[in-house]
Amino acid sequence: MEMRRFMSWTDEDFPSSVVSMALATRTDRRPSMTRTLWDSSVGKKTIMAVSGLVMLGYLVVHMLGNLKIFFGSDEFNHYAHWLRTLGEPFLHYEWALWIVRVVLVAAVVLHAVSAYQLSRRDLRARPTAYVHRKARSSYATRTMRYGGVILALFIVWHILDLTTGTVHSGGFQSGHPYQNVLDTFSTWYGNVIYIVAVLALGLHVQHGFWSAAQTLGVGSATRDRVLKTLANVLAVVLTAGFVSVPVAVMTGVVS
Amino acid sequence: MKLTLRVWRQQNAEAPGAMATYEVDGISQDMSFLEMLDTLNEELILGGDEPVAFDHDCREGICGACSLVINGDAHGPERTTTCQLHMRSFDDGDTIDIEPWRASAFPVVKDLVVDRSSFDRIIQAGGYISAPTGTAPDAHATPVPKPDADSAFEHAECIGCGACVAACPNGSAMLFTSAKVNHLNVLPQGAPERETRVLDMVATMDDEGFGGCTLTGECATACPKGIPLPSITAMNKEWLRATRKVRR
Amino acid sequence: MPDLSDYTNYRTGEPLVDAKAPTGPVAERWDTRRFEAKLVNPANRRKHTVIVVGTGLAGGSAGATLAEQGYHVIQFCFQDSPRRAHSVAAQGGINAAKNYRNDGDSVHRLFYDTVKGGDFRARESNVHRLAEISVEIIDQCVAQGVPFAREYGGLLDNRSFGGVQVSRTFYARGQTGQQLLLGAYQALSRQIAAGNVELHSRTEMLDLVVVDGKARGIVARDLVTGKIDTYFADAVVLASGGYGNVFYLSTNAMNSNATAIWRAHRRGAWFANPCFTQIHPTCIPRTGDHQSKLTLMSESLRNDGRIWVPKAKGDDRPANRIPEDERDYYLERVYPAFGNLVPRDIASRAAKNVCDEGRGVGPGGQGVYLDFAEAIERMGRKKVEEKYGNLFDMYARITAEDPYETPMRIYPAVHYTMGGLWVDYDLQTTIPGLFAIGEANFSDHGANRLGASALMQGLADGYFVLPSTINDYLARNPHTEEIDAGHPAVAEAVAETEDRLNLLLAVDGDRTPDSFHREIGELMWEFCGMARTEEGLRKALGRIPQIREEFWRRIKVPGTGEQFNQSLEKANRVVDYLELAELMCLDALHRAESCGGHFREESQTPDGEAARRDEEFSYAAAWEFSATGDAPVLHKEDLVFEYVHPTQRSYA
Repeated sequence: MEMRRFMSWTDEDFPSSVVSMALATRTDRRPSMTRTLWDSSVGKKTIMAVSGLVMLGYLVVHMLGNLKIFFGSDEFNHYAHWLRTLGEPFLHYEWALWIVRVVLVAAVVLHAVSAYQLSRRDLRARPTAYVHRKARSSYATRTMRYGGVILALFIVWHILDLTTGTVHSGGFQSGHPYQNVLDTFSTWYGNVIYIVAVLALGLHVQHGFWSAAQTLGVGSATRDRVLKTLANVLAVVLTAGFVSVPVAVMTGVVS
Repeated sequence: MKLTLRVWRQQNAEAPGAMATYEVDGISQDMSFLEMLDTLNEELILGGDEPVAFDHDCREGICGACSLVINGDAHGPERTTTCQLHMRSFDDGDTIDIEPWRASAFPVVKDLVVDRSSFDRIIQAGGYISAPTGTAPDAHATPVPKPDADSAFEHAECIGCGACVAACPNGSAMLFTSAKVNHLNVLPQGAPERETRVLDMVATMDDEGFGGCTLTGECATACPKGIPLPSITAMNKEWLRATRKVRR
Repeated sequence: MPDLSDYTNYRTGEPLVDAKAPTGPVAERWDTRRFEAKLVNPANRRKHTVIVVGTGLAGGSAGATLAEQGYHVIQFCFQDSPRRAHSVAAQGGINAAKNYRNDGDSVHRLFYDTVKGGDFRARESNVHRLAEISVEIIDQCVAQGVPFAREYGGLLDNRSFGGVQVSRTFYARGQTGQQLLLGAYQALSRQIAAGNVELHSRTEMLDLVVVDGKARGIVARDLVTGKIDTYFADAVVLASGGYGNVFYLSTNAMNSNATAIWRAHRRGAWFANPCFTQIHPTCIPRTGDHQSKLTLMSESLRNDGRIWVPKAKGDDRPANRIPEDERDYYLERVYPAFGNLVPRDIASRAAKNVCDEGRGVGPGGQGVYLDFAEAIERMGRKKVEEKYGNLFDMYARITAEDPYETPMRIYPAVHYTMGGLWVDYDLQTTIPGLFAIGEANFSDHGANRLGASALMQGLADGYFVLPSTINDYLARNPHTEEIDAGHPAVAEAVAETEDRLNLLLAVDGDRTPDSFHREIGELMWEFCGMARTEEGLRKALGRIPQIREEFWRRIKVPGTGEQFNQSLEKANRVVDYLELAELMCLDALHRAESCGGHFREESQTPDGEAARRDEEFSYAAAWEFSATGDAPVLHKEDLVFEYVHPTQRSYA
């Protein structure tokens, strides 16, 4: 049996006892706000909430953009091209896109690193499992971790498939996203990977959105119903919106 | 009633533990769960075995000492403390699994007894109002709006049993910590230490090795005193506010 | 049986005088004493160590306050956390003479009510001080964040309690004790974090260390490792609570025990009025032999509930099948003026009487009905729910009966012990340097405690009285001699403790500690419970030494002493109950009057009420220990009443 350990985020043990820690924080200078956020489980959750909301906002826009595929290849390809010229002439070609990409990568990295560290902490907090196990919380809540891993792997595949074309099936044509999308959803595995990921996304958003609201302290007993409904609506709309594309390709609605 | 009990037995903090099986007979529906364990223990002692160690004291649901995970539920199937759970919640012939609270911040002392002093250290980090004896103004000097007083009371009802930690899949102490933070931070008397209190208590909670909150809500479901889940949200809000407002 | 004649053949020693009590007008005595007391220079306080045993309302508040003053405090509790001390379970409220209701309350009225409620067996000086301090307690607790009930205007709410005519009880729903205790616990936690209090939880005091006649430390056992250690100090404060668990079944917590005060008694602290125990009328009856403790239902239920039993003996029909004219509302019948609201001791005894007649209800006939049918009809179910909902829920959870449909069953149970270690006005026992506070001492409640006064006394002692009076002792006794574990007095105390525990482990008999506890408890309940007779007490006094002898022959404690061993803890506590029970019976035997919670059947008025005998018994009985089973020495402290003149109570 392991006795109590003091854990920090970076895996180094705190040398001082807790009592002196508590006293030290009283008398010493308090760490900066960033430091406080990064060092605390509540702060890490805040980082996850904010980065999650950033990604969620992006996904709503992304999903709406995807739906343009239903209006034909010209409109879809034109939209994709416009993304690169967004902000011109103030911004140079593709700058806006790169700014978005940088922000998104930062959000993904912060979200993932925080999630990883928090998960490690959570697993270490319960080193011995109960013999009699019982799961009570919702499926969405319990699958946040696995869902997150699925989504992370999906993002990698998705970028290699449709942004860089590295793993694309059939010849990847830069500047012809409409055809690229059709290629991807013409393979069974392309559809399977995509649909599984989108379903995982729906579950992730359902608990994640509500959870982020709690973490950021905007939830309350009276607002709970609204937040939960909003989370459900977001999850359903995103799932339906994203899934509609492969389904449309498979059924030949889009070809 | 005749029951089969599977109980976690562990000689001390260092020794390995395992589930042991016992049969008990002649259990009355009117017995409390702990009285049922008393019956088992009387038999064990007379048989020359060591009785099952478990924490208990007031047996009226207020001291927070009793702490058993029964069939996977902290404090068992009813929403109350183990001492207020009665055998009428079980059926003749049932097999009942009894385990200690499981958390690295609550190391097992013996059998079903765990060390919850980490909770005390969280309180020591700031779960108080600094009001040395003799310094108090008249009790009516500062009126407290009734809704605030009621909210403070509802959070102050926490008995520090640790069921929230035991039930949480992450072994998180957020519900416990938030109960005390909200109790004191909502009162005008608690205002001067409002920021340092929440920052220091949360920091200590982390240092003690409790897990983080993923808002599964298991804690609030298990809480025998009904501390609600939004209590955690309120503490998150206090904490974020404190990171901005605290004097550095 | 030579023990019997020996033990009851006690000697009366020299009378006892409280040398610390100031004279003069009662309202000025506390100020006078505080001014006369020597002080310890703030800079010197950290050089003094004070041991505090217990972390309830009295101990927690004392430890925190002494540490705030600058003393080094070593504090002990046998629970895993100071927050679990049994003060946590007090429901009703705390009295204070704030007169926020403008209903004629005052310090003097609270003083008067408490002296009278105690049936004129408490000291006027102490009670007046308690009433004065009551006001400061509320201020202190509010400043700490204790969430007392408030009204919509934001000011504190009050309610009336236990037959007094003013609303002076402050409360936090049905959990006042919990909230006050958490206040003290939090103050203590602050001092622990600051390094001023060294807390030893799961550590139980097993003996007192007395060096050159002064209390200098304790012997304590770490309940986790079993290690027996000694701790030294300049003064020792016992705040270990009452001894109601002598009765096995009581409203006390399972681990509440008498060991700290009994071991101190054996070392020379005299024990006062041990027979004064309070039996609370409204507890949930026992359901069978498995019963391990009893649960109190708030006294406030008697405001609207009607108490009755069937008129006929052995009537076992369900309550709602017994017609109105076959019910006996015995309190309303015998005490028409007060009805169901007679004081606790009278209500308890009346319940016992009807049960003894064979008219009790429920399993074993040990219960009476507390019926809300009439109240529900009068006020509507909703109103009753509002007023008593949480109590009804608690009752339903324990009994699985719905009190809205069938009447509650209640029965009296041991609740509080007014007796305790004798202390002077400074709360110092007869051992210099040993102080006793809260329920552990005897001082303020006389022969009967009023509702909502226990919390008041615990906090008064801990926050205000002891921290003032202990200065005087510490200033006058600057200890120069360091003591350590090698000191002969220390070695002797440790050896005695170890021998006792080893013996308990070595007997290896065939009876459990609980079986002896139950046996002594049942004996006490029968002969030293609600009503006592000379014959019964003599019977008990004959039986106790036999049980004690059997205990040391047949006790079985598995495991070893070097481990967490709850059987050993329990057995060791039973050892002390087996001696304390004897002293309680002797005290009850010698006090051939009825007063407060002590009802001697031989001493009653023609209409069956308690008859006090002031000419003979207007004193506190302080007993000096001699040896186990040997007659103790009685010292009488005469009680003088200058302000509240003794009258016989009447509630008919």
